[in-house]
Amino acid sequence: MNMVSQLAVEAPPSVSINALTKRFGALTALDDVSMEIQPGAFHALLGENGAGKSTLVKCLMGTYRADAGQVLIDGREARVASPRDAQRLGLGMVYQHFTLVPSMSVAENLVQGEPGLGAVIDWPARRERLTAFMADMPFRLELDRQVSTLSAGEKQKLEILKQLHLGSRFLVLDEPTSVLTPDEADQILGLMHQLTDAGQISVVLISHKLREVEAYADEVTVLRQGRLAGRGKVASLSRADMVRMMVGEDQLAASAPREAQSPGEPLLSVRGLSVEDDKGIPAVQDLTLDVRAGEIVGIAGVSGNGQTEFVEVLAGQRAESAGHVEAGGRRYDKTRAEMRALGIKLLPEAPLDNACVRGMSVAENLSLRSYDTEPMARGGIWLNRAEMRKRAAGLIARFHIKTQGPDAPIETLSGGNVQRTVLARELSERARILIVQNPCFGLDLKAVAEIRRQIVDARNGGTAVLLISEDLDEILELADRILVMSDGRIVYETPRAEADLQEIGHHMAHHEV
Amino acid sequence: MEGTELGWWGVLIAVIGGAIRVSTPYLFVSLGETLTEKSGRVNLGLEGVLVMGAMSGYATAVLTGQPWLGVLVAGCAGALLSLVHALVCSLPRVNDIAVGIALFIFGTGLAFFLGKPFINPSAPRLPDLDLGWWSDSPHVQSALQISPLFLFGFALALFLAWALKNMRWGLVLRTVGDSSEAAQALGYNITLVRIAGTVTGGFLAGVGGSYLSLYFPGTWNEGLSSGQGLMAVALVIFARWDPVRCFYASLLFGGATALGPALQSAGVTANYYLYGAAPYFLTLAVLIYSASPQRALEGAPGEVSISR
Repeated sequence: MNMVSQLAVEAPPSVSINALTKRFGALTALDDVSMEIQPGAFHALLGENGAGKSTLVKCLMGTYRADAGQVLIDGREARVASPRDAQRLGLGMVYQHFTLVPSMSVAENLVQGEPGLGAVIDWPARRERLTAFMADMPFRLELDRQVSTLSAGEKQKLEILKQLHLGSRFLVLDEPTSVLTPDEADQILGLMHQLTDAGQISVVLISHKLREVEAYADEVTVLRQGRLAGRGKVASLSRADMVRMMVGEDQLAASAPREAQSPGEPLLSVRGLSVEDDKGIPAVQDLTLDVRAGEIVGIAGVSGNGQTEFVEVLAGQRAESAGHVEAGGRRYDKTRAEMRALGIKLLPEAPLDNACVRGMSVAENLSLRSYDTEPMARGGIWLNRAEMRKRAAGLIARFHIKTQGPDAPIETLSGGNVQRTVLARELSERARILIVQNPCFGLDLKAVAEIRRQIVDARNGGTAVLLISEDLDEILELADRILVMSDGRIVYETPRAEADLQEIGHHMAHHEV
Repeated sequence: MEGTELGWWGVLIAVIGGAIRVSTPYLFVSLGETLTEKSGRVNLGLEGVLVMGAMSGYATAVLTGQPWLGVLVAGCAGALLSLVHALVCSLPRVNDIAVGIALFIFGTGLAFFLGKPFINPSAPRLPDLDLGWWSDSPHVQSALQISPLFLFGFALALFLAWALKNMRWGLVLRTVGDSSEAAQALGYNITLVRIAGTVTGGFLAGVGGSYLSLYFPGTWNEGLSSGQGLMAVALVIFARWDPVRCFYASLLFGGATALGPALQSAGVTANYYLYGAAPYFLTLAVLIYSASPQRALEGAPGEVSISR
């Protein structure tokens, strides 16, 4: 291993966080949390969405100003009022959403924010230094590639390189692996681990993936509802301990019993489908698959491999460039009449944008599939709002949707509750074909368990379910048959019984070799 | 008909000469709009800024007798007007397109109101450079009478193309326009950069306006611009936010505008108004060409509202 002469120059700082509190209005997002990170530590910060992880690191990085408490760096109290201050102190953050400039080259992204960058950039000298820097790094990228052409894994690497280049020796990684294949994730976290073991950097890994925490972190701090819920050496904690710290004493909904049943006839068939993306580049190529009654077909894949475009075609939001879709044995043209007659239901990703009308109420959004039929429309013309509200109240109770009432605008709901609302609408009438994409993205463990139970229930009831998900664990838990999508093609298929995580991971990555 | 002796060559030379003469306002406005859009905002009000620049430049030249001072004042007036756009758009939840249209109407209205007394007096014109001295043909000579502003605009296009890649502010501007998340993470003041981009863009558009009133056609009246500021915004899309391509596209639009007069000088007088509409047809054609329900605009800054 060529180790990083440049990195060896400075040691990472020791950082201790002392009783930080941050309030937003009436909400206390962070309540008296302390944490200590020794130089060279690989520290995991674990918690559900909304537990306060992001708030904590944003206070540390100067994006937010804490209401109480302080940060000590190398034993001295540090005033971090802006991300610039944090950078000067050697603290760097690798964000969950890439903060690279897509239209610029790798080199341009790296010199950005370099201190002492003159008014005119001396490119030959800068490039020479960047080349030397790259040669020292555990992973490398071509300087001239435009960032928009990099894969998700390469972008993540560039984010990390950028921080190291700026001289950060204390890195906060915010859910760095959410868009990576398992192989890419292992590679990047493995390299970070080597750097921490050598005492060259400290890492705080924000995650909700227990597997990663167990494999790479030395210590863990768990937050729940803004409070410190536990901490310790990873080696001395079991997975059950960590889950209990994360979710508290509440019970998770038991996963639905999966009835053994042999699937029926194919209800949804895709034949030779090709689709182009927004730039006219083929996103889906010659895709053929069948989903039969009473089975869940799971499509795994790293985001950006054509899943979004595929679902958009099934939803009628995008035109296919070749091939067609059949439903119930007939050609399916994505009209409202067909959806209704065939019982085709769909939960797309980002449902607030793709399956809801933002300004309308929860009740109205719950009625979008059926507002124009009896009994919600008298004679097909006059809306019966009382009926609409009554039905909505029933669904809100049945699907545990947290809302101020049926009349609250849907955009006031949290992400999980929007997801539940759409699922309630799609499952409230008989669904023969159910298409779901990333149904549990960004939800807390309780909501995840509940939504997965609904999906399995639908399958047990004879619905043909097509599940498109970037979360491999979700696919492994739910699907009867697993397909892998890469570069717009189905590159691998395996029945549930023979599914192997490593094997699937390799096929997910296959186009990036 | 003296134009007929050269026949279609005469038309071609006249179109080229016209392209050079007419393109300068397009060039300045499109370079200004490129800067503004690179910072992540669209300023549709540049038509108003252009007219305001034409008026204030003309008025200054009439009052002081100094045409170059008029150019400077026109630029400052443009910058000032664009500052309004920049500040209003810095407020939360303000739509830059709507503000731009308001500024367009406000700018032209204000210029007509303040410019009433200056319709009759004549201002000293900006000087020419005679680049056609080597030719005997009066057509070539008149086609190559070139304003220093045109050459300055050409140099500016080259400089901006270089600066966007090689100067610190160029990187900052592109970062802010392409990804506000990245800009935030780097600690740039997004609002300030966008205000600077809009104001500088307004300055250039104002200078473009002074060319209209002080060089070609060289008078001040209310029909002076006839939508050139708006067309220049469409031109930026066609040029894919590249200053050098803005230069070529400006020549193309200038040539289209010069087509009618050139044909007339060659003796083709039928359909004069139809040829006069050539730049508008060209704008439509360019927008249809670059529009597609399937494709996003390539090269568009990520933060610009038209590409989101």
